[in-house]
Amino acid sequence: MISHFLSLEWKQFFRSASFSKSIGAKILIGFFALYFAACFLLIGIGGYWILKKQFPEQDPLVLVNSFLMYAIIGDLIFRYIMQKLPVMNIKPLLILPIQKSKIVHFILMKSSFSFFNIMGLFFYIPFSVVLIIEGYDVAGVLGWLATMILLIQSINFFNFLVNKNNTVFGGLLTLLILGYFVQYFNWFDLPGFIGQGFDAVYQSPFLVIVFLALLIGLYVINYKQLRNEVYLDALISEQTKEVKSADLSFTEKLGDLAPFIKNDLRLMWRNKRTKSSVWMVAIGLLYGLFFYPNPVYAGMEFMYVLVGIFSTGTFLINFGQFIPAWDSGYYNMLMSQNFKYERYLKSKFTIMAISVVALFVLGIPYVYFGWKVLLVHFAAMIYNVGVNTHVILYGGTFNRKKINLDEKAAFNFQGIGAVQWIIGIPLMLLPMAIFGLINWLISFEIATATIAVMGFIGIALHKKLMAAITKKYIANKYVMIHAFNQEN
Amino acid sequence: MIQTTQLSKKYGKAEVLNIASLEIPTGQSFGLVGNNGAGKTTYFNILLDLIRPTTGAITNHDIVVNQSEDWKNFTGSFIDESFLIGYLTPNEYFDFIGDLRGMNKADVKIFLTQFEEFFNDEILGKKKYLRDLSKGNQKKAGIVAAMMGNPQVVVLDEPFANLDPTTQIRLKKIIKQLTENREITVLVSSHDLTHVTEVCERIVVLDKGTVVKDIETSEETLEELESYFSV
Repeated sequence: MISHFLSLEWKQFFRSASFSKSIGAKILIGFFALYFAACFLLIGIGGYWILKKQFPEQDPLVLVNSFLMYAIIGDLIFRYIMQKLPVMNIKPLLILPIQKSKIVHFILMKSSFSFFNIMGLFFYIPFSVVLIIEGYDVAGVLGWLATMILLIQSINFFNFLVNKNNTVFGGLLTLLILGYFVQYFNWFDLPGFIGQGFDAVYQSPFLVIVFLALLIGLYVINYKQLRNEVYLDALISEQTKEVKSADLSFTEKLGDLAPFIKNDLRLMWRNKRTKSSVWMVAIGLLYGLFFYPNPVYAGMEFMYVLVGIFSTGTFLINFGQFIPAWDSGYYNMLMSQNFKYERYLKSKFTIMAISVVALFVLGIPYVYFGWKVLLVHFAAMIYNVGVNTHVILYGGTFNRKKINLDEKAAFNFQGIGAVQWIIGIPLMLLPMAIFGLINWLISFEIATATIAVMGFIGIALHKKLMAAITKKYIANKYVMIHAFNQEN
Repeated sequence: MIQTTQLSKKYGKAEVLNIASLEIPTGQSFGLVGNNGAGKTTYFNILLDLIRPTTGAITNHDIVVNQSEDWKNFTGSFIDESFLIGYLTPNEYFDFIGDLRGMNKADVKIFLTQFEEFFNDEILGKKKYLRDLSKGNQKKAGIVAAMMGNPQVVVLDEPFANLDPTTQIRLKKIIKQLTENREITVLVSSHDLTHVTEVCERIVVLDKGTVVKDIETSEETLEELESYFSV
């Protein structure tokens, strides 16, 4: 029986939409996974000595323990956002002659081996090995390591019990902030207090039993809860959310673009994939904070262009690179409707242009890092509106991958083809190179002006460019219809 | 009038459609019948210029469909759920289609009142997205959207599938009303022989892409079709 389950899992993994895609995306995912693993591994191995050097009078293990509270709560919050018990997968199994208890045990057991549980081990295991080499008590360290593993598993199952309950999530966040502040103001060392509990495990390893009991307890509760809810109207029901309509009548001002713009706004608010992209926009807007405060980049003015293009164009890039794949689900319908293709593209252009200006306005506080920054951002905004919008619309004609809007965005590489990788070059590197060169040869002012002028030229040629792009889209119509009909 | 001449569609060596000549006069209710893979949907897709024919062409009211897009002004269609925009409510979807077909909000509202009975209170004003509706209700919305903006040609692929019996009967009434004045041409495909014979005045049977029967519907048609398909 288990072998059946396992072979199903295997096939599910290798045949899933998010796996069977271009080789580039596969390599990237592999790279990410390796990168994280390597990071944890390095911290695990080096952590002991780093702590020893930074805080010579304190025991590294005690230090680590005193931070565990943050690690645990952070882990829970991360899982709360990212991890969900994959109950829908078992629907087809319910009508087969398999005992429900077996199915439930299987999905619970399976969750033990998820990505979230493995990652932590890359830190804890090497750290423990280093501890033993450094002469710590072997039994104590092993007990501590076992506790960590049991704890990770307990967090895993605790998360399923929480199951996206917002109150618990709020509680965790409060605890995290509270813990930090009571420690910061020296009222009570809550993380340290919890850390002492883990110190005790090292002192007397048999305390591991407590955590084993905790894990078993959580598992049993999970099992009981699930076992009673493997019904189509309980756990395995797809929840339908009630519609919340916003008044979008303000878009009517945009004339005949309004229906499409309304649609795009709804597309963004109402689908998982697009909703989670909102976070990407926030990160993009704050991108400058990684660079500007850092003295290393202080003299590099060409970095201003990169940040400027990226922070004002983050929506443009996130949204634009998947035109027209966002509409791939109903592309057939659009193609048999009575409208000019140019109108459709124009609406996309308008949304992107508005977003660029809006993000520039939101990014005005960057002036804190100097008026030059703001000036370059302004030029980058014009460049984005005049050049990048057209480039990305043109890039869209190469899109051949369907997007399923109901899937979330994080680590979702559906819809990504070669275009998404190559388009970054003209989008960001080109203006950066031009700016860098002129800035070096002539002056900062001329370089900034050049970027802006390029943008203005793009705006001036807007009509012609759009006509050419539209032609390209129409020429590719059948190929796109065909491609969007394929499930990846 | 919809004219089909020397139409064929090949995928590699496999020929999925081959119609030498087919004329559908204006105002006819036309039924397309055939087993899976007979080429019904392929024919409709070519008619809507969603796929290109290998040879030949379809002319819709004097417009060759893959040369000009002007046929879109007077052709409404519903092929499958991929014609719906899942993240819209039915009302928003009708507004959207209405916008594209030159109807304002008030026009759309008036238009939809005719279909209150057909919707059976399950479509309009419900706080649900199209993607969350049942298959049958999705179909209702799609069929009605295909009739928006006074089309002269209405193309419906398998409109009866997934509908409940009451709605099937109501749909038959609607289709009959459409062709009453002999101005609107309705093209329907179906696996249900009873429904097509009831609704369509002419039935064409496709088999492996070719026309094998072209019947004026009469009392005996249903029997004829049943005996043909029972082999």
